[in-house]
Amino acid sequence: MSESGRVIEASGLSLAFGAVTAFADVDFHVDEGELFAVIGPNGAGKTSLFNVLSRVYRPTGGTVTYRGANLLGYRRTQLPSLGIARTFQNLGLFHNMSVLDNVLVGRHHLMRTGSILGGLYVGFAAREEREHRRAAMEVLDFVGIARWAQHPVQVLPYGVQKRVELARALAMEPRVLLLDEPVAGMSSTERAEITQLVRRIHHERGLTIVLVEHDMGMVMQVAERVMVLDFGRVICIGTPAVVQHDAGVIRAYLGEADDATEAAS
Amino acid sequence: MTTFLQLLVAGIALGCIYALVALGFTIIYRASQVINFAQGAFLLLGAYLVSWFALDRHYPFGIAVLLALAITVGIAVLFQTVVLRFTVGQPIFTVVMITIGLNIVLRGVVPGLFGDTQRSIGDPWGSTQLSLGSVVIGWAKVWTIVVTLLILAGFFAFDRYSRYGLAMRATAIDEEAAMAVGVPTRRVYALAWGLAGAVATIGGFFLAAFPNSLDPTIDSIALLAFPAIILGGLGSPLGAVVGGLIIGLVEVMTSGYQPNYAAWLGQGFSTVAPYIVMILVLLVRPYGLFGTRPVERV
Repeated sequence: MSESGRVIEASGLSLAFGAVTAFADVDFHVDEGELFAVIGPNGAGKTSLFNVLSRVYRPTGGTVTYRGANLLGYRRTQLPSLGIARTFQNLGLFHNMSVLDNVLVGRHHLMRTGSILGGLYVGFAAREEREHRRAAMEVLDFVGIARWAQHPVQVLPYGVQKRVELARALAMEPRVLLLDEPVAGMSSTERAEITQLVRRIHHERGLTIVLVEHDMGMVMQVAERVMVLDFGRVICIGTPAVVQHDAGVIRAYLGEADDATEAAS
Repeated sequence: MTTFLQLLVAGIALGCIYALVALGFTIIYRASQVINFAQGAFLLLGAYLVSWFALDRHYPFGIAVLLALAITVGIAVLFQTVVLRFTVGQPIFTVVMITIGLNIVLRGVVPGLFGDTQRSIGDPWGSTQLSLGSVVIGWAKVWTIVVTLLILAGFFAFDRYSRYGLAMRATAIDEEAAMAVGVPTRRVYALAWGLAGAVATIGGFFLAAFPNSLDPTIDSIALLAFPAIILGGLGSPLGAVVGGLIIGLVEVMTSGYQPNYAAWLGQGFSTVAPYIVMILVLLVRPYGLFGTRPVERV
């Protein structure tokens, strides 16, 4: 299936919690090497959709495939070995561990030495250890935080912590990166820096990226195609230029004209 | 001076056993915030298995220990993978209650299988002693100290350098994030329970070695190890070891000196002394010597 270039393909995807519908009948696909963004107002179902793609929630309807295989047949701990890495909206870092150790955990699925011999820091295990440390330092260097490698992660500023998370995701050697609102809660300077970094990751590492984001400005700068969700429904899929001029999208973000008149009267 | 050295070695030996028992509690607590009330029962089971293989089945002592380790570790891992996997998402209190249940079952089964009379552990050292000048130390105590130190060194190397050590620490800190980066968390929990079963078995047979013996109340050591865990700081393996050594030394020193110098404190004061030390430490450091204050966002 990968010859068709479809990395992720969702059809009729729905998720409901009891009587509350998070999203319904969502169809989309993500092509190889593409930066695909999902946007929408608060409560549109973006994070729920992200959690389905990262195998945290099981959808109540529809199908989603990864390179032709049923994504729902995999456990979430298996996604890294398939080449799928994710970041968290509110950071999912390991406090009290160093930046380097945080990144090394991301390479767990790439490590070969068994659980018992892995403790004996000798021969093959030592060589493998050095190899993983070198790879971890390389990604820390790429995201520009190599000098913080030995610092405990929780003492660093939020923007640096976000870079640690991105570095950990890259250290997993993924082919697809799922980013959950990477610039949420950031100052405009940090936001510009992370936006720039996401663009670099996409271009220089050639990764397929699925970006779920609230911030329109960021999405319009980096995305190649955008899907807009509103109240759990897809209202538009297209290039940033198309999406920006879509009447439905403008309505969803700015409200209906007659809503405004009703409110005024 | 001789008395002091004698007590010092005895205190360290007892402290090593406390350290092993406390480490078992700490490994599971750190991985899952569960206090495993069956830790004492693992120790009881492990010690009886060693004794049974060595004396009733006439295996060499080393083989008996390996067999007992394999069975105790197997039961601990099975308990985690078969029973506790159904408690995912349940309150921690539920899991703690289930460990109390396991404790009751094992404490009933062990005397049922092996009898409830006092028996020997079947160790090869017996009452043989090592003389260093005027200080005389039982070989059992020497072995206790040496083996414990080796195990602790191995554990800390594993914890610090191996990929599963790293994965165990990561899972303890944030299970959600650990799963997302591909840590097989179920295997990590099974590993934690297996390690706890192993250190319990080793602590168990050293505890029952000369001049002690084995009987079904030996698991009460788990309660005595409690001040060690609290003193060291819940969830800190280093704290468990330091706490265990302190408690062992305090207990032995008190039993050695208090009857002569402070007899008015009464008989058996040495069993109370560790708790007094624990309370004093907690007054100064409420999270224990190596415990970490939970981070609160304001």
